[in-house]
Amino acid sequence: MAWFKRKDKGIHTSTEDKKDIPKGLWYKSPTGKIIDSEELAKNFYVSPEDGYHVRIGSKEYFEILFDDNKFKELDKDLSSKDPLKFIDTKKYPERLKAAQEKTSLTDAVRCAVGKSKGKDLVIAAMDFAFIGGSMGSVVGEKIARAADYALKNKLPFMIISKSGGARMMEAALSLMQLAKTSVKLAQLADAGLPYISLCTDPTTGGTTASFAMLGDITIAEPGALIGFAGPRIVRDTTGKELPEGFQTSEFLLEHGFLDFITLRKDLKNRVNLYIDLITNAPLRA
Amino acid sequence: MEYLEFELPIKELEDQLGKCQIIGEESDVDVTETCKQIEKKLVATKKEIYKNLTPWQRVQMSRHPNRPYTLDYIKALCGDSFLELHGDRNFKDDKAMIGGLGKIGDQSYMIIGQQKGYNTKTRQYRNFGMANPEGYRKALRLMKSAEKFGIPVITLLDTPGAYPGLEAEERGQGEAIARNILEMTRLKVPIITIVIGEGASGGALGIGVGDKVLMLENTWYSVISPESCSSILWRSWEYKEQAAEALKLTANDMKKMKIVDEIIKEPLGGAHSNRDKTFLAVKNAIEKTFDELKNLSPKDLVAQRMDKYSQMGVYKG
Repeated sequence: MAWFKRKDKGIHTSTEDKKDIPKGLWYKSPTGKIIDSEELAKNFYVSPEDGYHVRIGSKEYFEILFDDNKFKELDKDLSSKDPLKFIDTKKYPERLKAAQEKTSLTDAVRCAVGKSKGKDLVIAAMDFAFIGGSMGSVVGEKIARAADYALKNKLPFMIISKSGGARMMEAALSLMQLAKTSVKLAQLADAGLPYISLCTDPTTGGTTASFAMLGDITIAEPGALIGFAGPRIVRDTTGKELPEGFQTSEFLLEHGFLDFITLRKDLKNRVNLYIDLITNAPLRA
Repeated sequence: MEYLEFELPIKELEDQLGKCQIIGEESDVDVTETCKQIEKKLVATKKEIYKNLTPWQRVQMSRHPNRPYTLDYIKALCGDSFLELHGDRNFKDDKAMIGGLGKIGDQSYMIIGQQKGYNTKTRQYRNFGMANPEGYRKALRLMKSAEKFGIPVITLLDTPGAYPGLEAEERGQGEAIARNILEMTRLKVPIITIVIGEGASGGALGIGVGDKVLMLENTWYSVISPESCSSILWRSWEYKEQAAEALKLTANDMKKMKIVDEIIKEPLGGAHSNRDKTFLAVKNAIEKTFDELKNLSPKDLVAQRMDKYSQMGVYKG
């Protein structure tokens, strides 16, 4: 005897009526929660059940922070050269090309100006997908030029860090980008313009040793890895087991290195609240 | 004297020369000619070896156990005038980072640098020249104090890196280095930076933003050590020689890239082979560099420094 009985004879759904299930429709968070991709985007790329902040890039941050996703991208055509003729297991230009093809980005940071809650804000947002968000000459120069734009137009400046550190393939030139970006932050400070640093997962190495830790306010998303030396290096050097939650946003807040942790859904409001307060401007609704 | 592997032919000849001289003293055999020949060969061999050092060999030279360290330079250049100043006023005194006031000629300087040890005990005491956040904060406190009184700053770089420890992370290693870099870009007194040994990454740059950056001939400066670079990019420690090549970390490379302004020549055989000659070369370089900077107004000085660092980087578009 059959378990159930077919009432209609022959089911035929015409092609146009078939529901399409594209790839990547579901997202699985590290704790195993599964969520519909569209839901995820609507929820600021945060898994609603466990609050996990999914790693996103400049495109998503611009969408979250700029009104109606409208902005003008700055210096988008800057791209990397190979000043050292660097070769490891691969040639640097090949790595660059592969990263550009994979990500459709030109390098590891995008800078833009646009209205956030009705007022202009300059944002430099790093893309981890591009060679680990590593900082070479292009990242340094683009951040420097974005800061110059803020200086010239007297605008607040924000950097969203998401980076493994300096780019090894540009060696000492990468290292000097720490100094170069710091020069610009010093100039912003001297001009009395607020600089907001948002640390996201992960923020380590050269970025932590420069602009990521130098905000007038330094803030972070929950659960981000933030540190100078990566956890593996710390464990290998000291031979100690690392405590639970070591180098997370919450750890840094507890040790006094962050002003606050913000949920992504509150980011736009809290950043603009800070700007209104520190510039003694009327609060925007 | 300790010898590196590639220096062994020199050791052999020096041993021969020593034996030859002893024979000459102890017997009636005339060995003057033989000794002379050995000496000649020794000089030629030294030239041959030291003029053709590979990047990795330079890295080894920069870590030579007999190489002079920060305090050796300070003692030689300032003599008894050096007054060491301790502590970051927050947490503790970092032994891997030293600083204080001293005279070179008639001029007072604030001299700051990483310090390594010369035997097992002192190496541990100095934490192998790897500073903790309090070391960087001590350095900044001393620089600010120098600025207040218009005293020029000299920083001597010699570190395998900032200490990657658990407590260092808790106390904000990244923040400490970042703060130093930013404040050094706008310090209103001249800063002369000299790489005297290892210039490893943020740990070096944390006291290394200078109006003029000089490098001793057999030192290295980069974003990562060749060993770590090898372990990350090749996933093995075995490619350190290739990594040293690839990183372009020698004084010559750094000068070509305009990241350093001047190379200070070392005696044949390295800084340790004739310390007095090395100290004199460094002293002369400091005095010459300070002469170039001393008449600039604080405003021009800072503008020039900021401009210099703003120019650094190579890109398209």
